[in-house]
Amino acid sequence: MSRIGVFVCHCGENISRTVDVERVAAEVGTMPGVAFATDYKYMCSDPGQGLLKKAIQEQKLSHIVVAACSPRMHEKTFRKAAESAGLNPFLCEIANIREHCSWVHENREEATAKAVEIVGMMVERVKKNRVLPTITVPVTKRSLVIGGGIAGIQAALDIADAGHDVVLVEREPSIGGHMAQLSETFPTLDCSQCIMTPKMVDVVNHPKIKLYTYAEVEHVEGYIGNFQITIRKKARSVDEDKCTGCGLCMEKCPVRKIPNQFDCNLGLRPAIYVPFPQAVPNTPVIDREHCIKFKTGKCGLCQKICGPGAVDYEQEDTLIIEPVGAIVVATGFDLYSITEKPKGSSIKGYGEFGHGKIPDVIDGMTFERLASASGPTGGKILRPSDGQEPKQIVFIQCVGSRAREKGISYCSKICCMYTAKHTMLYKHKVHDGQAYVFFMDARVPGKSYDEFWRRAIEDEEAVYIRGMVSRLYQKGNKIVVMGSDISVGVQVEIEADMVVLATAVQPRTGADSLAQKLGISYDHYHFYSEAHAKLRPVECATAGIYLAGTCQGPKDIPDTVSQASAAAAKVMTLFAKDKLEREPIVAKVKEAGCVACFYCKKVCPYGAVEEKEIRDRQGNLIKVVAYVNPGVCGGCGTCQATCPSKSVELDGYTDEQIVAMIEAL
Amino acid sequence: MHVEKQKHDFEPKIIAFVCTWCTYAGADLAGTSRMQYPANVRVLKFPCTGRIDPVFILKAFQQGADGVLVSGCHPGDCHYIAGNFHARRRFAAFRKLLEFVGVDLNRLQFSWVSAAEGGKWVEVVTELTERVRDMGPMQEFKELAMEEQWSGAINTPELQEAYNQI
Repeated sequence: MSRIGVFVCHCGENISRTVDVERVAAEVGTMPGVAFATDYKYMCSDPGQGLLKKAIQEQKLSHIVVAACSPRMHEKTFRKAAESAGLNPFLCEIANIREHCSWVHENREEATAKAVEIVGMMVERVKKNRVLPTITVPVTKRSLVIGGGIAGIQAALDIADAGHDVVLVEREPSIGGHMAQLSETFPTLDCSQCIMTPKMVDVVNHPKIKLYTYAEVEHVEGYIGNFQITIRKKARSVDEDKCTGCGLCMEKCPVRKIPNQFDCNLGLRPAIYVPFPQAVPNTPVIDREHCIKFKTGKCGLCQKICGPGAVDYEQEDTLIIEPVGAIVVATGFDLYSITEKPKGSSIKGYGEFGHGKIPDVIDGMTFERLASASGPTGGKILRPSDGQEPKQIVFIQCVGSRAREKGISYCSKICCMYTAKHTMLYKHKVHDGQAYVFFMDARVPGKSYDEFWRRAIEDEEAVYIRGMVSRLYQKGNKIVVMGSDISVGVQVEIEADMVVLATAVQPRTGADSLAQKLGISYDHYHFYSEAHAKLRPVECATAGIYLAGTCQGPKDIPDTVSQASAAAAKVMTLFAKDKLEREPIVAKVKEAGCVACFYCKKVCPYGAVEEKEIRDRQGNLIKVVAYVNPGVCGGCGTCQATCPSKSVELDGYTDEQIVAMIEAL
Repeated sequence: MHVEKQKHDFEPKIIAFVCTWCTYAGADLAGTSRMQYPANVRVLKFPCTGRIDPVFILKAFQQGADGVLVSGCHPGDCHYIAGNFHARRRFAAFRKLLEFVGVDLNRLQFSWVSAAEGGKWVEVVTELTERVRDMGPMQEFKELAMEEQWSGAINTPELQEAYNQI
């Protein structure tokens, strides 16, 4: 006979406001099998857990139901408490009467009745719960970092410095990401290249870091502590071991007029190229789409000229398998493009800003390249159309961001600060120029940020106009900016030489398909979701996968670096143990009933089902049955729902438990 | 926004079978965002929609559910790689069987609700509750259960009369 203890939490007032918790405890107390029922203000607090432990020991309770918040929140807390009182943690269940009841209903009567039913359901379920032993698995103490921007670099260096091997995968031919493109960084205006490139060199020289550039994660298998990563190393057409980085091939390449993506298509590059002079590794890559050799079979100049013979047209994509124990995802962001409306996206374009057809209307990143000393203009601010210095420049903020009617309602967080920085950079380079900024609000919280923004207005004389721009159009060689100044209530018209749009920060294209490979969740903008917005901001809900940087949401460099180090710290915590405890929610086969149809083997997404022979003492084969490898099983239970003879059972979600819950309703 | 609560004659019982990773989290999000929806739904958590045996749906109807909702991760987003695809196939076949047997398919809904779609959860639950409320109680299984109790068919007028009085 079970002696179930039920603990109903008030959650301060969060539950007790709409649910009569005393009545829930009283009604549940009379249910068969319930030996003890009580309510308490904060069950998760220390005295609350103490109450639970004391009751387990004094009342000799065999099972526990805690009626409180979502099990996603405190299931672990209460199971741990139950365990410390000598109960198997899997004999403790959570009835969710906060997120699924008190917070979503207003009628006290209805909510209380529902809460009683929810608790009753869990009481019936917990009766069928079995003692489950925790499973320990070994931990592979190597980490994968996806993305070689500042987030990925920071995480990789931190983990490697702690003495663990790191595999860093970067999609582009060089690491560096967006930060390598920036000219100077707020709020100190130190040059991005000066603080970034030494870190890039550290990565490539670090004995613990294995760097794959021009590579992508193709496939992910396994679980926390034991992932198998398939990496596709794209054909670079240049042997990285032989190449000395002399750059002769780039000089001789006859194809020269390819827009350089790194310079936001302002500069030109040859078909064999490194994205930028400080690239790491400094090994060129052949752009097969534009190379004459690949298009027509002729040319081959680079191969002839290459001293060490590093150019290899026959190179093919290679697949590499790397075992790792943890994954840090740091895939970064893309800027909202006003030129092309993303396919299938709900985001509406910016027709009023000329759809990118006006050449001197550029985005913030293009301005960074113009202002950068290593950029296509050598650091001179010049108009892309005619190479003239703009004397009147207009910055427009919140293009894409905070515009629900355009499809994005969030704030991109960095634009207020970088626009202030742009006005300063502009004033430093064009002394007689005038900068105007159209803005909705200035969101500049952060250490020394407000002071920085004020400096742009007070010292660098940028004119800030509160209001939005309704239209841009070309008039001669000027761009007419029509906007409003809502602080004085007038229409404003400025004839500008150049317009810079602070476009929204968006997740990388393809962020969703990577998430699907990794099995992590993402929001409807495709930013990756953290396990808890406040208390677990760097972990994914999927164990063993951590987030760093803008792939999780817009953030600036200091925040990105902090999060990357935090993710690295989480990886090190995981690697501090040799063995890992995992939830014993795995499938088991009841061999007596198994008819060896192996439907389970067909549906198992993990390949955890094996064929096992049962033999008698003489070694004669009696029958073949299915066997689930508990180390590989992910615990989805698809096999159980598929098994025609009901011979496989997922611990923690057995038919008995589920039917008991349904019958309780 | 405060919605005036209406009084209804019939409060349907809705049972929702959801997966832990997407829809359960989506329902949690509806809670943390303090959205409001009818209190008729009872949520049963599964690791994955792939674990949901069609028998559970029958069992739910048998136990007096007037509507059943099955919801999991969007195709491609399954935490267990492919569980929701198996579920989708299984339920596509199962729906046909139910239709053949004579269960009104409007009582049974399948949907994808991700962890970020608190609003969609509210929509789905509200819509199903209202639809089932309009359809009235699910009688078929209740009648079957009664017949079982009477251990035989109610085939004479006397028996029918006695049965109706219960």
